[in-house]
Amino acid sequence: MRTDFRARNHPAYWAFVVHRASGVLLSLFLPLHFWALSQALQGAARLDALLRWTEQPLVKFGETLLVLLLAAHLTGGLRLLMLEFFAWRDWQKSLLAAAAGVTLVAAMMFLLQVA
Amino acid sequence: MMNAECRVESDGERVVRAARLRSSLITHHSSRITQNLRTMFVNIRAQVLLWAAQRISAAVLALCVVAHLITMIYAVRNGLSAAEILGRTRGNPGWFAFYAAFVLAVSIHAPIGLRSVLAEIFDWRGRGLEWTVFVIGIALAFLGFRAVWAVFL
Repeated sequence: MRTDFRARNHPAYWAFVVHRASGVLLSLFLPLHFWALSQALQGAARLDALLRWTEQPLVKFGETLLVLLLAAHLTGGLRLLMLEFFAWRDWQKSLLAAAAGVTLVAAMMFLLQVA
Repeated sequence: MMNAECRVESDGERVVRAARLRSSLITHHSSRITQNLRTMFVNIRAQVLLWAAQRISAAVLALCVVAHLITMIYAVRNGLSAAEILGRTRGNPGWFAFYAAFVLAVSIHAPIGLRSVLAEIFDWRGRGLEWTVFVIGIALAFLGFRAVWAVFL
């Protein structure tokens, strides 16, 4: 158990957890996102009604979390593609930090715009 | 005549008979081995295809998500409205092509990712899993293309 915990308590393991969890959550959100946009089929007014609902602070907070998840999955995925397809270089060790940094910047920019 | 029927098998004949028996056994086993190998190779080929599809769709999605994040951060600055969204997308073939490619890529990427998660967490493998993720992919593609059509019309 102890060895197992040590093997898992590593930044690369947490990157794997974040990539997996964000992927699952984004997949669950997608049908809702598509349904919301499809409201335009019933006219712009219907879409506007839905967009007004999203003005609530809690929904904006949820949207910011979704942007955070999307940016985390994007940067984590780019890191994986670089590790798999590029020859190993020392700078690849910094990819985790860069991924986390870009993710936070994207989420903060979104939050600043909607706040 | 009697002599011919009861004659003792010569060493040479015994060797030939043993060789025939061995060869028929080998043929039997090798056909089973070939069958197993074929199944294995089909599985490996399917795995390689899924792996490649996951990476290719990921590369497409990387570009789409960067564009999506920039568009979102830009679009929400004054609050979202149907007029703003539809003004950008309605009748615009460029945005239509972009969102269609986005939906296609995500309809490939998400089910393959979920397939790995479901297989590993629930130790679920086989046809049930393959059909489930296939249906998820089709459903995502249907809902996604409907949404793209809704904002293009």
